[in-house]
Amino acid sequence: MLEQYIPIGFMFIVAIIFGIVMSKLSEWLGPKNPNDVKLSTYESGMEPVLSARERVSVKYYMVAMLFILFDIEVVFLYPWAVNFRSLGLFGFVEMLVFTVVLMLGYIYLLKKGALKWQ
Amino acid sequence: MDLLTPHLLSIGPLLTLVAVALLVLLLESIITKSEPVSFWTSVAGLLVSIGIAVPGIAVHGSAFGGMLRTGGSANYFSIIFFICALLTIVFSRDYLKKRDSVFGEFYLLILFATVGMVLMAAAADLIIVFLGIELMSICLYVLAGFIRGSVLSNESSLKYFLLGAFATGFLLYGIALLYGSTGSTSITFLTEHFETYASSRLFLAGIGLLIVGLAFKIGAVPFHMWVPDVYQGAPTPVSGFMATGAKAAAFSIIIGLFAQRFVHGVQIGTLLAILAAASMILGNVVAIAQTNVKRMLAYSSIAHAGYMLTGLAAGNAYGRDGILFYLLAYAFMNLGAFGLISFMEQEGEKHLTFDDYAGLGTTKPFLAVLMSVFMFSLAGIPPFAGFFGKYYIFVGAVQADMTWLAIVGVLMSVVSVFYYLRLVMVMYFQDTLIGQTASYSASSAAFVVLAALILLGLGVFPSSLLAIITTLY
Repeated sequence: MLEQYIPIGFMFIVAIIFGIVMSKLSEWLGPKNPNDVKLSTYESGMEPVLSARERVSVKYYMVAMLFILFDIEVVFLYPWAVNFRSLGLFGFVEMLVFTVVLMLGYIYLLKKGALKWQ
Repeated sequence: MDLLTPHLLSIGPLLTLVAVALLVLLLESIITKSEPVSFWTSVAGLLVSIGIAVPGIAVHGSAFGGMLRTGGSANYFSIIFFICALLTIVFSRDYLKKRDSVFGEFYLLILFATVGMVLMAAAADLIIVFLGIELMSICLYVLAGFIRGSVLSNESSLKYFLLGAFATGFLLYGIALLYGSTGSTSITFLTEHFETYASSRLFLAGIGLLIVGLAFKIGAVPFHMWVPDVYQGAPTPVSGFMATGAKAAAFSIIIGLFAQRFVHGVQIGTLLAILAAASMILGNVVAIAQTNVKRMLAYSSIAHAGYMLTGLAAGNAYGRDGILFYLLAYAFMNLGAFGLISFMEQEGEKHLTFDDYAGLGTTKPFLAVLMSVFMFSLAGIPPFAGFFGKYYIFVGAVQADMTWLAIVGVLMSVVSVFYYLRLVMVMYFQDTLIGQTASYSASSAAFVVLAALILLGLGVFPSSLLAIITTLY
């Protein structure tokens, strides 16, 4: 029964050896030239201006949340659009109801100023 | 289109409530001073929904390809939820003014939470169960933290959210395992083929995880840790709503799974009995030590979850009907008590300890009498409805050869009398220490009186309600 596991066990051993050998090899062969630039956050990107641990305005979250909401709603429209012919009038009315409910939510957040960026 | 009409008609109460909730949403966005309009629309909408749900009790059926159960128990539970929502909305109007948080969205969230509850009660498929639980829970997370300036309210919301999300994970994993072992998420299919799969460990693991998720929602020991903190910090009417509505909703699923056809074998019956005994003992014993009235009622709600689980562990018609009776009675007595506490509470979570009720019998006899009625009913003293609920549940346990559980229940009811009657004692036999103030409107006072009268009515004529309950399943 256990012989079924021999290939898996072999695989494990090879993986472990491979991992150790490769890391040791690069340590041994690779050029060593430590400097300050290599320790910076984005070595070949922009200079970081401030610490990343900072408070972000809640407005960003609001917009991101609303974007995801309406983005996901659109996903429901795709399968309906693909099967539009076979679903016929029934599917159309059902999608209309869905969209109206969605629009009510949209009107609400528009009127409450959720999309205003003061 | 014609094929759809009977389905839509049979879920009339649900559709009405959704329409009312959407209307309130629209009113909130287009009217500037919208709070009174939203309040009255919600109250009227809930009354209409009750009116539509009542005649449907006599009809039994299913809709949308076996996704929803309609009529019968679904409508009975819907009525309980509508009553809970109605009382909560009426009581919270004064309360929100007191806490400086008057927003029409409060009523909106209560309505959407109620929609979730109705979905749970009507669910005949575990996917709908999940949908309903999420809709209810997300609204309740927000409602618990509705008093934005209060640290306690924020703590309550965050604790409920984190633990609730975790518990939902258990529930969902349970559903996945059940689907993996049976190939179906239909509750009807699962209950019909329970014996077939009962030997499968995967199936039992799924059932176990499902019980964990639901036991969290009803606050049964050992999944009760969130209850005291959340109930203490949440706005007082919301605590009452969570203790009655949300608990009844979770019970509607548990009953649908385990008590609709009494399919559970010895293992699950014993499991439920242990949960019940632990909840009754811990809830009642720890409630003795509380000095805050809201925390006392939170522990009492753990104990009540235990009483109701007793009826479920019994696995017979007496126990099940007892739970259904008790859930309705509990809605009135617990929401009534939380309503009165919300009248007494003052700014900054003040006037919530037992000492603050000292001498209420002489300074505010009207409130004291009503509070006594609710406390007597919670303690299970006749002639109030709480007594008969407990009676039917314990009879069910005795008939199912679970006499030990009934004995634990009765003993713990005796323990509970101590802390319920301590409040009555403090109100009538202690002198007032400080000037008491209570603020409430005439409409909320009327609803509290109505709740007390209904408790008395159900306690004197329990058979009239029981005759309806026996036809539900």
